[in-house]
Amino acid sequence: MASRPPARPEYVREQVDEHDFGVVNKPLTLWERVYGNTVVRKASILVVLALVWQAYAMHLGNALLLPTFTDTLHSFLDRVGSGELLRKSWVSIKVLLQGYAIGLVLALVITMLAIATRIGNDLLETLTAMFNPLPAIALLPVALIWFGLGSGSIIFVLVHAVLWPIALATHSGFLGVSSTLRMVGRNYGLAGFAYVRRILIPAAFPSILSGLKIGWAFAWRTLIAAELVFGTTSGSGGLGWFIYENKNVLDIPAVFAGLFTVILIGLLVENLIFRTIEQRTVRRWGMHF
Amino acid sequence: MGAGGPQPLLAVDGVTLQYKTREHLVTATYRVSFDVHPSDRFVLLGPSGCGKSTLLKAVGGYLKPVEGTIRLKGAEVARPGPDRVMVFQEFDQLLPWKTVKENVAFALEASGRMRGREAQERAMACIEKVNLVRFADSLPHTLSGGMKQRVAIARGMAMEPDILLMDEPFAALDALTRRKMQDELMQLWEGTRFTVLFVTHSIPEAVRIGNRILLLSPHPGQVKAELNSDGSDAEDPSGRRLSDRIHSMLFSDGETEPEAAAHG
Repeated sequence: MASRPPARPEYVREQVDEHDFGVVNKPLTLWERVYGNTVVRKASILVVLALVWQAYAMHLGNALLLPTFTDTLHSFLDRVGSGELLRKSWVSIKVLLQGYAIGLVLALVITMLAIATRIGNDLLETLTAMFNPLPAIALLPVALIWFGLGSGSIIFVLVHAVLWPIALATHSGFLGVSSTLRMVGRNYGLAGFAYVRRILIPAAFPSILSGLKIGWAFAWRTLIAAELVFGTTSGSGGLGWFIYENKNVLDIPAVFAGLFTVILIGLLVENLIFRTIEQRTVRRWGMHF
Repeated sequence: MGAGGPQPLLAVDGVTLQYKTREHLVTATYRVSFDVHPSDRFVLLGPSGCGKSTLLKAVGGYLKPVEGTIRLKGAEVARPGPDRVMVFQEFDQLLPWKTVKENVAFALEASGRMRGREAQERAMACIEKVNLVRFADSLPHTLSGGMKQRVAIARGMAMEPDILLMDEPFAALDALTRRKMQDELMQLWEGTRFTVLFVTHSIPEAVRIGNRILLLSPHPGQVKAELNSDGSDAEDPSGRRLSDRIHSMLFSDGETEPEAAAHG
C-alpha cells in the first residue's frame, strides 16, 4: 500500500538582491586562460615536435638521412631569402589555382544538372562512382600523351582531383537541404538558376565548403606528386620539382625545406583562407555541424 | 455554398489528395469541400492522419489534387506562388544566412513584389508589428523558437498575400509561448484583417483562433462538420461548450486519441 506523502506548508520567498550575494562572475586563473587558448596549445605541440626532431637528428648525426631541425630552418630561410622558394611556390600555386577553378566550375555544372534532371543525377552518381576512387596521379601518363609536357597535363589531373570530391559534397549538400526551406523558396516563386543560387547554394554551404576543403587538399597533394613525377613545366618548375632537384644533388636540408614549405602552404590555406570563410559564413549563420 | 451568396476567396471543391510513400499510395483526403471568405480565420482541425497538412500544401500549390479543384479568386491553383504564403511549424523556415530584416525583405524581393528601400521599409514595418525591432539585425539561430515564428509571420504579412497559410505554426512551442503567440496573432488580425487558413490538431487553439472551424475525420480525411466560433468557447443552447462538442464529434466512434486534446 502506498502511504500518503506528508503534508507540508506552502511558502513564497522574496528574491535576494543581486548585490547581496557573493561572486557571480569569477575570473579564470592565468593557467586556465593560457590552457584554454587553442593557438597556445597547438603551438606548444609544434615546439615539442621540433625539439624531438632536433634531438633525434643530433643523436643520429647523419645529415643525409635526417638533417637537424636547425639545418632545415637555415636552408629554408636561405632559399626564401634568395627568392627561389617563393618563386617555385608561386609557380605551383598558379597552376593549382587554374586547375581548382576549372574543377569547381565543372563540379557546379554537373551538380546542377544532377538536381535538375533524373538522368543528370544518374550521370553524376555513375561518374563519381567511377572516377572518385581513381587516384589523379594514375591519369598522368594519359595526360602526358594528350597534353604533352607542360602545365596542360598537370591542370588536367588537378581538375580530376578536384572535380569529383566537390561535386559529391555539393550534391549531397543540395539533397540535404530541408524540405521546409525548399518550400519557402518555391513559395516566393523562385525557380531554375535563381532558386539554386539564392536557396540551394547558401543552404548547402556547409557541405559545399567541406567539399572545397577536401578538393583543395587533394589538389595540393596531386600537384606536388605530379611535379615530382615529371618535374618541370616549361623551364621553371614548382615545389615538387624543387624537392626532386635537391634530392638529386643530395642537398637533403633543402629537400626538407621544400617539404616544410608544402606543409606550411597547406596550413596557411586551411587556417587563413578556409577558416576565415567558415567564420564569416557557416559559423556566423549557426549552420556548422 | 448557396448560389448567389458572396463569392468565396478560396474554393476547395471535392478535393481528393494522394501521396506516395515508399510502399503505399496513401489517400490523405477524400472529396473535401470548403469555402474561405475574405478576412476569415478558417481552421482545419482534426487528429493526426486526417490530411489537414496535406490539404494545406495542396492549397499552397505543392501538391496536385487527383480529383476536385482548388480555386483562389476563381483561378485554379497550379503551383506555389507569393499570393499564398505559408508559415510552417518548423523553426528552420527562416533562411539562416540572412538576418531577420533580410529574411523579410528577401521574400519581397525574390517574389518581385518590391525592391530596394521600399522592401526594407515594408520589412521594418512588419517586424515592428511583431515587436522584434530590437532583433532586426540578428541572425535566426540567435532567436528563440517563438521569435522565429514571429519573424515567419511578419514575413508572411509583409507579402500581403491573398491568404496566409499556417501549418501548425505554434505546435513546436512551449505552452506559455503558444498561448502568447495565439493572442498576438489575434491582435495582428484585428489590425489588418487578413485571411488565414490555419491548421491545428489542438481543439483549444482552434476555438480560440478560428471564426470558422472545419472538422476532419482521419484515414482518409473527410469533412465531419463546419462550425462557427467566437473565440470564447461559448455554450450552445443545450449548455455544452464548443470544445466539448468538437471533442465528442471527433472521437464519437469510441476511438480515443489523447494527442488531439492534449495541446492547449
